Amino acid sequence: MEHRIGVFVCHCGTNIAGVVDVKRVAEELAKYPGVAYSTDYLYMCSDPGQNLVKDAIKEHGLTGVVVSACSPTLHEATFRRAGAAADLNQYRVEMANIREHCSWVHRGDKEMATEKAIKIIKTMIEKVKQNEALEPISVPMTHRAMVVGAGIAGIQAALDIANAGHDVVLVEKEPSVGGHMAQLSETFPTLDCSQCILTPKMVEVSQHPRIKLLTYCEIDDVSGYVGNFKVRIKKKAAYVNRDVCNGCGLCIEKCPAKTASEFDEGLSERKAIYTPFAQAVPNQPVLDRDHCIYFESGKCGVCQKVCPVDAIDYEQKDEFLDEEVGAIIVATGFDLYPIVNIGEYGGGDIKDVVTSLQFERLLSASGPTGGVVRRPSDGEIPKEVVFLTCVGSRDPEGHMPYCSKVCCMYLTKHAMLYKHNEHDGQAYVFYMDVRTPGKDYEEFYQRAAEEDDVLYIRGKVSKLFEEDGKVMVWGVDTLTGQKVEIAADMVVLGLAMVPSATATELAKMLKIQMNQWGFYSEAHPKLRPVESLAPGFYLAGAAQGPKDIPEVVAQASAAASKVCALFAEKEYHREPIVAWIDEDECAGCRICISVCPYDAIEFDDEKEVARVQEAICEGCGARIAACPSATAQQRNLTDDQLYMMVSAALED
Amino acid sequence: MFEPRIVCFFCKWCTYAGADLAGTSRKQYPPNGVVLRVNCSGRVDPQHILWAFREGADGVLIGGCHPGDCHYQDGNYNTMRRVALLKPVLESLGIESDRLRLDWISAAEGDKVVNVMSEFVETVRDLGPMELDLTDRLSGAEAPDEAKGVKVSTAKKKAKAKR
Ligand SMILES: Cc1cc2nc3c(=O)[nH]c(=O)nc-3n(C[C@H](O)[C@H](O)[C@H](O)COP(=O)(O)OP(=O)(O)OC[C@H]3O[C@@H](n4cnc5c(N)ncnc54)[C@H](O)[C@@H]3O)c2cc1C
Ligand code: SF4
Ligand code: SF4
Ligand code: FES
Repeated sequence: MEHRIGVFVCHCGTNIAGVVDVKRVAEELAKYPGVAYSTDYLYMCSDPGQNLVKDAIKEHGLTGVVVSACSPTLHEATFRRAGAAADLNQYRVEMANIREHCSWVHRGDKEMATEKAIKIIKTMIEKVKQNEALEPISVPMTHRAMVVGAGIAGIQAALDIANAGHDVVLVEKEPSVGGHMAQLSETFPTLDCSQCILTPKMVEVSQHPRIKLLTYCEIDDVSGYVGNFKVRIKKKAAYVNRDVCNGCGLCIEKCPAKTASEFDEGLSERKAIYTPFAQAVPNQPVLDRDHCIYFESGKCGVCQKVCPVDAIDYEQKDEFLDEEVGAIIVATGFDLYPIVNIGEYGGGDIKDVVTSLQFERLLSASGPTGGVVRRPSDGEIPKEVVFLTCVGSRDPEGHMPYCSKVCCMYLTKHAMLYKHNEHDGQAYVFYMDVRTPGKDYEEFYQRAAEEDDVLYIRGKVSKLFEEDGKVMVWGVDTLTGQKVEIAADMVVLGLAMVPSATATELAKMLKIQMNQWGFYSEAHPKLRPVESLAPGFYLAGAAQGPKDIPEVVAQASAAASKVCALFAEKEYHREPIVAWIDEDECAGCRICISVCPYDAIEFDDEKEVARVQEAICEGCGARIAACPSATAQQRNLTDDQLYMMVSAALED
Repeated sequence: MFEPRIVCFFCKWCTYAGADLAGTSRKQYPPNGVVLRVNCSGRVDPQHILWAFREGADGVLIGGCHPGDCHYQDGNYNTMRRVALLKPVLESLGIESDRLRLDWISAAEGDKVVNVMSEFVETVRDLGPMELDLTDRLSGAEAPDEAKGVKVSTAKKKAKAKR
């Protein structure tokens, strides 16, 4: 076939053209063998830019197109569609990445950047010359979603998908759904009570006919691909038969063993057999064997004796469930940055220095103090309370470099609620700058400062220590340059938000990308904020980055709608970039069968050749490289193509 | 100054995305390497690497996901083994094995792309240009046993002819 390749060099405004000499690139490539048309344009992805591509395909009878612009992750789909609209098979459209991999990273040397851009484009011209016209492979799809994590993000996503008519499996590692929002007192900027707006949704997920709620469960293994995931779930032994327990709570009442309550952040105690909080969903207890007397010494057994329905089962084992789903939303939320890491503020050893979540519990009407703020050391009502923002955030030297986004707002809320509680108390907030970018947020902050007399001090606190029953706060007011010393009754730390403890482990299991801090990475920071780059995985909530409830809910609904869009098709259309084996050349050695992790290669006993099952092949290419006779190939990334691309990359 | 010519094979899930991140973060590194995007580092065959040296590459850089993170389960373990096996073969052909580098770079490690690229360019620059003509050596007849075993396939000859 005669090659008639079109090369389209994008300026991307000045993003590319500011460094790479785009005119020269287009001119040079016009002379390259097989190129029938070459041009440049200001914004290739714009409507006129795409039309330029479409028109050129028709006018010049192009057999392939190389759009030389940004990363294929961004616009490959855009230009494939444009190609298809002009009747060019979409797999004959390729992108040469001369922005992320060239102009943006070689700003110092325009000459070399221009030469590199030419080489990059040549490699893609060589590739596209041998690209086959392919069609996506259709595979059956399971129209059922899994949501991992049942905080407000997971709850919202599950409800939206279920209400759209698809079945959902909602997996939560704790004994109850709700996540951190269940711990909050009131929520900024409207001060509605967190429980009041959350618990109806918690009940709804547990009762929805399309939602299978699996609490006290963890993901054990995931295999398959978008449309067809197989997930193995570990149902942790609760030592309570969940089929018969009626949630009467007698066992909890009678259990003699106590330990610190996680839900109350250590400010109260719970029993060894427990539900995390009164409104827990489901309302069945779990038995924590690490604190149970029976498991320690074989004595006690009280819960078993008092249970009216014989639900206690000390012999219960972890169980494993297998679920098949087509898409997975990860909504595993956040944890607070560990207080032990903040040595300068006592590292958790000063009793009246509390974390922000502890303070939420102190403010909460259902909390350990019934909503009256009392200091942990002696139960007194504090008269001077100091709130510190950016503890562990925005500190690239010592801790996390990023802004945790919600602390300015919740500390403002804390100070305000404390003042509503204690009219003659004094609240101080030390801040780096108060960040209030949200609807009604700035007004909320103004109200705290003006109506509630919260004193905002700009500066960083260098040290906290105990003295005479007070917490001494040493800092500097950077606006006046004065040293500030406060003898406070209590200090609240606005600790950084970090990804939840198991996030990294889960990401590795699912093979989804994270950023360097362990927050899940979106496919594109602006245009694809709720999808992972790995197909079939979607992101919701604080697991993707610090955010507040309105943002979490919006993102969860967005992720749900992406899943529904995926499920709108009967079948899933996969990239046809799979392996194929030339039957005439296959020696029948079976090496590829032994290396394929997906069992995608079957052996034809009659013909004695290996054959790829396209619906299963993931297109990794690793097994192709293993074939000793170079018979196994990857569609549109064959050895021939790679050789030619290498040569093009090295041409002068 | 000698400007080394480097071919990079980056897997699309980790290292290629890491290089994209270096770009969006406007990090700067030397422009000597041209990146080829492969699905998995495991797609890279010793043949491709030898071919690159034959075609005049001064260095070859392979980037994949960290062990355990390969999008295709264990593709990068294959890469690891292949690179380890290829290094002595390179030496026996008279190619310094430092001209071949394998690194694990995740999608979050834009900084690492910059460091590895910069370092590798320096390493290869110190080694100097690849002056060995491999055309005959790799055709099979004279090649040492290890190199004979590797399939300098007819594919690439066909490929060359096609142009
Ligand atoms: C002190 C404080 C006060 C705040 N106040 C406000 C406020 O007033 N207004 C506001 O808008 N926002 C506020 N926020 C922010 C708000 O708490 C978060 O935006 C929100 O709770 C995040 O919800 P989420 O579902 O993403 O995460 P989470 O609430 O953390 O939920 C994640 C869920 O996933 C589960 N999980 C984790 N890992 C796994 C796993 N591997 N497998 C299964 N399940 C798993 C967890 O157990 C948890 O139930 C505050 C935050 C803090 C720290
Ligand atoms: S057996 Fe364990 S859980 Fe049950 S009542 Fe005794 S201490 Fe509590
Ligand atoms: S006593 Fe039995 S039925 Fe009642 S909550 Fe405990 S386990 Fe459930
Ligand atoms: S996908 Fe990155 S090394 Fe396999």
